[in-house]
Amino acid sequence: MTAPGTALRSPALRARLRGYALFAAVALLLLVVAPLALPAFRLDELAKYLCFAIAALGIGLAWGQGGMLTLGQGVFFGLGGYAMAMYFKLHDADGDLPDFMVWSGVEKLPALWKPFESPVVAIAAVVAVPVAVAAVLGALVFRQRVRGAYFAILTQALAAAFVILLVGRQGLTGGTNGLTNFYDVFGRDPEAESTQRTMYFVTAAVLGVLYLAARQLVKSRFGRLLVAVRDGEDRVRFLGYNPATVKTVTFAISAGMAGLAGALFVPVVGIISPSLLGVVPSLELVVAVAVGGRYALAGAVLGAVVMNYAKTEFSEQWAGGWLYLQGALFILVMTLAPKGAVGLYEQVKDAVARRRTPERPVPAQSVQGEAA
Amino acid sequence: MSENEGALLEIRGLEVVFDGFRAIDGVDLTVGQGELRFLIGPNGAGKTTLIDVVTGLTRPAAGTVRFAGTELTGRREHRIVRLGIGRTFQTSVVFEELTVVENLDLAAGFRRPLPALLRQRRGVSGTVAEALDVIGLGDLADRPAGVLSHGQRQWLEIGMLIAQRPRLLLLDEPVAGMSGGERERTGELLTRIAADHTVVVVEHDMEFLRRYASQVTVLHEGKVLVEGDVAAVQADPRVQEVYLGRSREDVR
Repeated sequence: MTAPGTALRSPALRARLRGYALFAAVALLLLVVAPLALPAFRLDELAKYLCFAIAALGIGLAWGQGGMLTLGQGVFFGLGGYAMAMYFKLHDADGDLPDFMVWSGVEKLPALWKPFESPVVAIAAVVAVPVAVAAVLGALVFRQRVRGAYFAILTQALAAAFVILLVGRQGLTGGTNGLTNFYDVFGRDPEAESTQRTMYFVTAAVLGVLYLAARQLVKSRFGRLLVAVRDGEDRVRFLGYNPATVKTVTFAISAGMAGLAGALFVPVVGIISPSLLGVVPSLELVVAVAVGGRYALAGAVLGAVVMNYAKTEFSEQWAGGWLYLQGALFILVMTLAPKGAVGLYEQVKDAVARRRTPERPVPAQSVQGEAA
Repeated sequence: MSENEGALLEIRGLEVVFDGFRAIDGVDLTVGQGELRFLIGPNGAGKTTLIDVVTGLTRPAAGTVRFAGTELTGRREHRIVRLGIGRTFQTSVVFEELTVVENLDLAAGFRRPLPALLRQRRGVSGTVAEALDVIGLGDLADRPAGVLSHGQRQWLEIGMLIAQRPRLLLLDEPVAGMSGGERERTGELLTRIAADHTVVVVEHDMEFLRRYASQVTVLHEGKVLVEGDVAAVQADPRVQEVYLGRSREDVR
């Protein structure tokens, strides 16, 4: 028999080339145009959006591809952010206690902080801790077949509990203020323009690499399996796969991405605090992914950048209005365009393509019946 | 039928209770290697429940289910599949977003370790091509399964089973809701599969049964009523009474 797929090879190839071209265009925009065109302050803002985009990429994987509505990504973002910030604080303190501990009356460095004196441990922990937490949680929860709204509520509760924990243990975590006032970021002044530029490029590069990796994952057999789990978890079980494993692995990957995003956020913005990673910021990320288009990784990234940019712009004009606009946008997207901006774009593209090459049976006959 | 060497599936003293209702009440069933067995019975006779027990979806209250000498009760669903038992469902579930080939490839790859899954599919494996050929969906290979008709979905499901090379196939009402032509094709497919597989078919359709069945087990109210070849079962007055009571002439 003829090998299936040969007929579709050329359009598939064309789609792939178009994908590469689009990726190259975005890379050019981010790595060349933006640094040249934007003032340092705006570039730093953009770096912050790109941090959120990295976390959003993880949500795109877990929710868009895997159907796991995770409302607690802030927890993993926070774990990564705190791991990084703990190293900076210890480095600044240079053998003494970090400033906030002195103010809180802590006399001896807590054992939890000890390992973070090492930059290697801290950077490893940025990914390893969120991955480990998500893996343990996922293994427990998915094995028990907790899913859908129950999983969403569980992750949201986790975010709420995490914030309470951070705020409550002031001597350990800096409480509501979080960890801030860093004077030395890997030997550089965090306030200097050159440092901010470097951090911008690092963040953009990390996003680019993770995007390509996530895309590869989606296209792999594992990615197909993940979609299958999303659409028919029970059926997958009867194909001999354990859906709990597939979901746990994906959830852990998305947590690792959030952790990395949090770690980059710390030098970019100069702070990590409970208000940045509770229920509301976690939800905002999910809303951004939904608006951008959760079924496409590019949609998740786009949503995070655009929504956070809009938030900044809008808040500058009308302080309290953003929440309403964001809520309204979310409702609109969920009811009218559940596939988000990317879905709308594809719908329009299909409609245009269909008008150019009309489907043979239905419209052609009624209009051109006479001529035939 | 007693314990014999060629038995692939042996069910003994099986009981399933749902909230006090005895869905299966002491069933013994033996399916031999290479056999094509039809399982019939009126609604609520326990046919699907029996398959559910074999595949791990339902836990029995009592009894044993042995597959090639291995006890199945208490095992998790995906483990049972890995022992070599595949099933379809009354309402076919294919993965609509994936193409026909991707559906088959997913089924065929169930023994791949996780790291191997991280690689992209390149081309079509021999197993998948073979399954595609058997079910006759070659023309639709790269279309998403969501565009398939009801009949085509059932064939795809059967193809997914074949691609897993199972030792036992359990088909739950494969021709339910199918048109005449689709039934015929399914029958031919079934005959072809049965040539080199052990198959258990749950079916309602008498015409289909007459054409394609040889060995039949009749379940009634959770018990085995009669077992034998098609002609004997059809002639049995007990079967006519409980299962076909209202339309005796339909049995001829």
